[in-house]
Amino acid sequence: MKFHSFLIKYGEIGIKGKNRYMFEDALVRQIRYALKGVDGEFLVHKCHGRVYVDCEGEYDYEETVESLKKVFGIVGICPVVRKEVKEISELKKDVVAYVGEMYPEGNRTFKVEARRANKRYPVNSMEINCELGEAVLEAYPQMKVDVHHPDVRLNVEIREEVYIYSEIIPGPGGMPVGTNGSAMLLLSGGIDSPVAGYMIAKRGVEIEAVYFHAPPYTSERAKEKVIDLARLVSAYAGPIKLHIVNFTDIQLYIYEKCPHEELTIIMRRYMMRIAEHFAKKDGCLGLITGESIGQVASQTMQSLAATNAVCTLPVYRPLIGFDKREIVEISEKIDTYEVSIQPFEDCCTIFVAKHPVTKPDTERIAKSELNLTEKIDELMKTALETAEVITVSAGE
Amino acid sequence: MEVYLDNSATTMCYPEVGKLVYKVMCEDYGNPSSMHIKGVQAEHYVREAKETIAKLLKVNAKEIFFTSGGTESDNLALIGCARANRRGGNHLITTSVEHPAILNTMRYLEEEEGFRVTYLPVDENGAVQLDALKEALCPETILVSIMYVNNEVGTVQPVQEAAQIVKRYRPSILFHTDAVQGFGKYRIWPKRMGIDLLTASGHKIHGPKGTGFLYIDSRVKIKPIVFGGGQQRDIRSGTENVPGIAGLGLASKMIYQDLEMKTALMRELKNYFTDGILKIGNTKVHGAGDENSAPHIVSAGFAGVRSEVLLHTLEDKGICVSAGSACSSNHPSVSGVLKSIGAPREYLESTLRFSMSEFTTKEEIDYTLETLYNCIPMLRKYTRR
Repeated sequence: MKFHSFLIKYGEIGIKGKNRYMFEDALVRQIRYALKGVDGEFLVHKCHGRVYVDCEGEYDYEETVESLKKVFGIVGICPVVRKEVKEISELKKDVVAYVGEMYPEGNRTFKVEARRANKRYPVNSMEINCELGEAVLEAYPQMKVDVHHPDVRLNVEIREEVYIYSEIIPGPGGMPVGTNGSAMLLLSGGIDSPVAGYMIAKRGVEIEAVYFHAPPYTSERAKEKVIDLARLVSAYAGPIKLHIVNFTDIQLYIYEKCPHEELTIIMRRYMMRIAEHFAKKDGCLGLITGESIGQVASQTMQSLAATNAVCTLPVYRPLIGFDKREIVEISEKIDTYEVSIQPFEDCCTIFVAKHPVTKPDTERIAKSELNLTEKIDELMKTALETAEVITVSAGE
Repeated sequence: MEVYLDNSATTMCYPEVGKLVYKVMCEDYGNPSSMHIKGVQAEHYVREAKETIAKLLKVNAKEIFFTSGGTESDNLALIGCARANRRGGNHLITTSVEHPAILNTMRYLEEEEGFRVTYLPVDENGAVQLDALKEALCPETILVSIMYVNNEVGTVQPVQEAAQIVKRYRPSILFHTDAVQGFGKYRIWPKRMGIDLLTASGHKIHGPKGTGFLYIDSRVKIKPIVFGGGQQRDIRSGTENVPGIAGLGLASKMIYQDLEMKTALMRELKNYFTDGILKIGNTKVHGAGDENSAPHIVSAGFAGVRSEVLLHTLEDKGICVSAGSACSSNHPSVSGVLKSIGAPREYLESTLRFSMSEFTTKEEIDYTLETLYNCIPMLRKYTRR
C-alpha cells in the first residue's frame, strides 16, 4: 500500500502548556534531521496541533519508518493514506479499498472513528461512522464491529483532504532532543557509555562527548571505534560534538607519582575534571557517565563518591541501577553493542592495578593527588589545549 | 621519516605493475572468453602471465591456475585434493605453524568432511621435525602440506627433504607447499623438489591484492571448489581477473630480476638489524639467524614491553610493523607459532615482526634502531605493577 503521509503522535510534549510550541518545533527539527539521509522528498509540518510528515513522490517506506523510530518525542507513527474529499458514496469506496488492502485476511474486529474537522462536509461524524461501518461489513462479511476493544481502529478524518489510517507503529517515546539543555558524556569504547548517552538524550538533552585516548597505549583504531559509537548514538541524539583528549602524559605522571592501587580512581577524577572543563565552556548543564553501582572497582559507592567529589556540575548516571545484562539489551537495541565489543585492545591494562582499591577514602585520594602538584597543572593545560574537537553526525 | 617494515603483511605495488593494471582495466578490458578481438587481447595477458610464472618455476604453463590469492589457493589445494583422492585414504599431514588459511581449512576437513589430520611439531627455531613426519606417514596418508617460509618468525622449512621423505614413502602422496612468503625470495623449482602443488600470492611480491596462483602438477587429481562457467580448465570457474593477473605476472618477473643480489642485501640488513636489536638487552630474535631463516623477516621480542604499545610508539615515529602475524592481528592473542617454538614467556606478548623488502634501506634500519633505543627504556619504566 502506498502511504502519502505519516501522522506523528507525541505524548508528553502535548501537555507542556505555553512551552508546547517549543517542543513541537524541536520535534519537527529532529524529524527533519532524522530524514536527511533517507531517499525521498519529505515535508515535515505542524498542522492543527499535530505533526505530519508528507511524502511527495517516491520514497523508501521501511527506511523512513526506521528513521522516525529513532526520533525521541515520537510515541506513535501512523502511516496515512490521503484522498480527495468526495461525497460519502465515493468515500465509502476509498475506505473499503483501504481495508481490503490492509487486512486481506479479513477476520478482524473493527471500529470506525471518524472526525470532521472540515465542518462544511455535509455528513456529521456519527453518520460517517455508521455509513462507513456498514460499507466495510458489506464488503467483508468476516469482519465484525467491536466498539469497545476493536482489533482495528479505522480513523477517517475529513480535513482539506481525507486522512485514512489504522496502524500505529510505536516510536521511542521520550522528548525531542534540544528541549532540555545539553550535557557532556564521558564516552569510552565500552558497552555502557553509549547507552548512557542514549538514555539522557531520550529525555530531550543534547549530547556532547569527551573521549580520552592514550597513544601508544591505545590505538588509532580504538579512537575510530569511539567515533563510530558516537555516530550511532547521534542517530538518536542528533549531531554530537566530540572532544578527543590526549591523556597519556597525565596517565604516566599519575603512574609515577601515586600509589598504584589508587591509579584508576585518580585517573577517573582527572577525566571528570577535564570533562567538566569542556562542559562548562560549552554551557552544558551536567556530566553523563555509564557507571553502574559495583560493576567494577571504580564504580563502588565509595569510588563513585571519590570521583564525584571533584565535580561541581551534577553527574547523571542513567545506568546506575542497571545490571550488565540490561545494559547489553539496550545496546543491542540501539546497535552499539556490535561496535562496543570489537576487540581493539586497550593497552591501558598496564595502568590497572591487580588489586585496586574498592573502598577509596576521598580525603586520602585527595592527599595522594598532592604528589602531582609539581607538574599536573601544566599537563592539564596541555591536554585541554591540544584536544581535538570534531562533530559527529549520523548521516555521514 | 616513513619506514614501512611490514612487507610480510603486504607490499607496495611496483609502479610499473600499477600502470599495467590500470591499462588492462581501462583499455584492454576484454573478457578472455569472448570470441572477438578484445577477448583475444585479454587472453594474451593471461597467457603471458602464465608463461612468465611457469618459466620461473620451471613448470608447464598449463599447470598454473590463477586465484584470488593465497587463501583461495590453499583452500583449493587442500579441499580439492582431499576430496579427489579420498579413495586413497583419509589422512592429511601439516605443521602446527601454518598460516590460518591452511590450519582452518584443515580444521574444516577434519570437522565437516571426516578427514584425520596430523599437525607436526616444530623445533625451537620453528622448523618442522622430519622425524615426526616419518612417523606420521601411514598407508592412509594422501596429502602433506608444509609451508615454505613461516610468516611469523621467518623460518625456512626443509621442504625439499620433507617432500623426499614423503615421496620415498609413497610417490602417490601429494605434497603441497604454501609459498606465500617464499615465492619471490627463493628460486623454487617444484618438479625438482617433489612439490606437486604450490601456493603464491601477488600482493606479497609488489603485485596487486586479490591475486595469486596455485601451481598444480598435471598428474595431480583435484576437484574444483567453485563452480561456474568452466574457466581455467574447470578447476577455477569465474571470469579471470585479467588486470590482476597481468599485474601478478609482471610483479613475478620483476621480483626475480637480480634476485640473488636483492636477497643478499636484505640478509645483510637483517643481520645488521638483528645485531642492533640484541644490543638493547633483554631482547630475543626468534628463529634461526642463519640461512635457515628468510632474508626479510625479523621477529624480535622486547621483554617488559607490550607489543601493541611498542607498535603504536613506532607508528607515531612513522614506522609500520606488525605484532605477531598481520593476518590475525585483529584478534590480539598470543601467537600460536611463538608458543609452538617454545619462546620464553616474557616474549610471548612482547614480540614484533619487522619485514623488509628490496626497497628497504640502511637509513631506514638505522632510524628504526635509533627509535627503538630511545623508546624502549621509557616504555620499560611503565609496566603493570
